[in-house]
Amino acid sequence: MVALLEVSGLEAAYGATKVLHNISFTIAEGGITTMLGANGAGKTTTLRSLCSMVRTWGEIRFEGTRIDNRSTEEIVRLGIAHVPDGRGTFLELTVDENLRLGAYVRKDRKAVPGDLDRMYTYFPRLKDRRYQQAGTLSGGEQQMLALSRALMLRPKLLLMDEPSFGLAPLVVRDIFAIMRTINQQERVSMLLVEQNANLALELADQAYLLETGRVVMSGTSEEIRNDEQIRRSYLGY
Amino acid sequence: MSTFLHQVFSGLATGGIYASVALALVMIYQATNLINFAQGEMAMFSTYIAWSLINAGVPYWLAFLITVTVSFIGGMVIERVIIRPAVKRSSLLGVVIVFIGVLVIFNSLAGWIFSYTIKSFPSPFPEQALFNNTYVSSHELGAIITTLVVLGILYGFFRFTPLGLAMRAAAQNPVSSRLVGIRVGWMLALGWGLAAAIGAVAGMMVAPMVYLDPNMMQGILIYAFAAALLGGIDNPWGSVLGGFIVGVLENLIGAYLFGTELKLSVALILIVAVLVFKPTGLFGKVLVTRV
Ligand SMILES: Nc1ncnc2c1ncn2[C@@H]1O[C@H](COP(=O)(O)OP(=O)(O)OP(=O)(O)O)[C@@H](O)[C@H]1O
Ligand SMILES: [Mg+2]
Repeated sequence: MVALLEVSGLEAAYGATKVLHNISFTIAEGGITTMLGANGAGKTTTLRSLCSMVRTWGEIRFEGTRIDNRSTEEIVRLGIAHVPDGRGTFLELTVDENLRLGAYVRKDRKAVPGDLDRMYTYFPRLKDRRYQQAGTLSGGEQQMLALSRALMLRPKLLLMDEPSFGLAPLVVRDIFAIMRTINQQERVSMLLVEQNANLALELADQAYLLETGRVVMSGTSEEIRNDEQIRRSYLGY
Repeated sequence: MSTFLHQVFSGLATGGIYASVALALVMIYQATNLINFAQGEMAMFSTYIAWSLINAGVPYWLAFLITVTVSFIGGMVIERVIIRPAVKRSSLLGVVIVFIGVLVIFNSLAGWIFSYTIKSFPSPFPEQALFNNTYVSSHELGAIITTLVVLGILYGFFRFTPLGLAMRAAAQNPVSSRLVGIRVGWMLALGWGLAAAIGAVAGMMVAPMVYLDPNMMQGILIYAFAAALLGGIDNPWGSVLGGFIVGVLENLIGAYLFGTELKLSVALILIVAVLVFKPTGLFGKVLVTRV
């Protein structure tokens, strides 16, 4: 498989504190990769590094070209969408406006209304709340909105930071089902950061395990799931 | 009754000016949490540009258009060259001092180039009142309409265009805005450009009523500030409404209560009253949050 994203020797810091140490990983085109790890392991920081939201060292290549020296705004234009930690909703804008913003950099403006409708078919609850302030949505609806907003970019790579966080299992199931659909039908590659390892390994085909800013294990989801130590520390059985 | 209506209409005319300047203040405040104390002086300087053009024989509406364009570009340049580096490197107090510096520079520049003597500024509207009515002069009516047109265009821009939406997004949530590809820095500059352009229109509309001089906008800035606070400093359309209310209130109080000498105190009293009794203003944004 061709690597869509190649990260090598990545380090990242907040102020003077380094929190990622020499991280390397790849994301295959068309695949779903998950990054697991305990609280504070550096998952969010890894996603932020890819979008140039923190200070980084090392090499990040997207479709072969280096992006580690580019600004966030430029990276988005390459087709990388990011559903950030905390969802990044524009709380005072309407649901509709949030979705339109997702398509802000797209050149094919004519296709945007069609994509809006598609999002509303994925998540009918958003359609009912189309002209409502996004701040009034429930947590689950906001996560649907965040995913839809990211998809409005028609991204090649989708970065998701804990989409299951704080949501009821039923809602999580919905959202994960749609992520799978999108991956299969639209060939959107994904990097999924999750606390919920069971769920993530079910969806993903590749997995990396982070511990205090280092990659300590990697392999197919199958391999990781069957690893004795992972089972005990992260899967809980 | 006739004087009352006359006071109301001329209050709406100046109120439109306050509304425009208030909107300019609020636009920058929303994006940066800073009050641009130089807003009034920038508008005054724009008005001098128009005055020079008109004096050089340029037809009024062409001069108007050129002035708005030059002010728009000037506003963007000021943001990029002066304000942005200041905000990046300095404390809040430092930034306030930079604003005041810009204010003083524009004031003395105008005084130096154009002298401090007052000048009359032409109105593009007929001298005769419409249907010879005694309530509202043509210029007042024209100023009200011009203001409403400008506000209407801005409303449409912010409400219905992708760029307008992006500017609103950038003002509320810069981090998420970058993540959808909005160049937040440029949105700020654009906001300054728009604010300067609105100020220019306000300056050109008020100058025929008060005469043009380098201190022309100082009182107006205070009224505009009162309007913004009254309407809600974080609500652009509330502040516009605040502008019209302040304009009318000022006139009525001036005519029936205090006399015109103390009119400016009305603005100050209003500012203090709002800050004490209703800091969010009449239409201050109450973010609908889930309870
Ligand atoms: N804005 C910040 N400033 C300073 N340090 C930070 C900041 N954000 C994160 N850190 C630190 O960086 C380290 C990695 O944090 P990160 O948020 O990447 O972890 P995470 O794996 O996403 O954790 P969680 O599962 O809790 O979201 C932590 O030690 C954290 O304290
Ligand atoms: Mg995190």
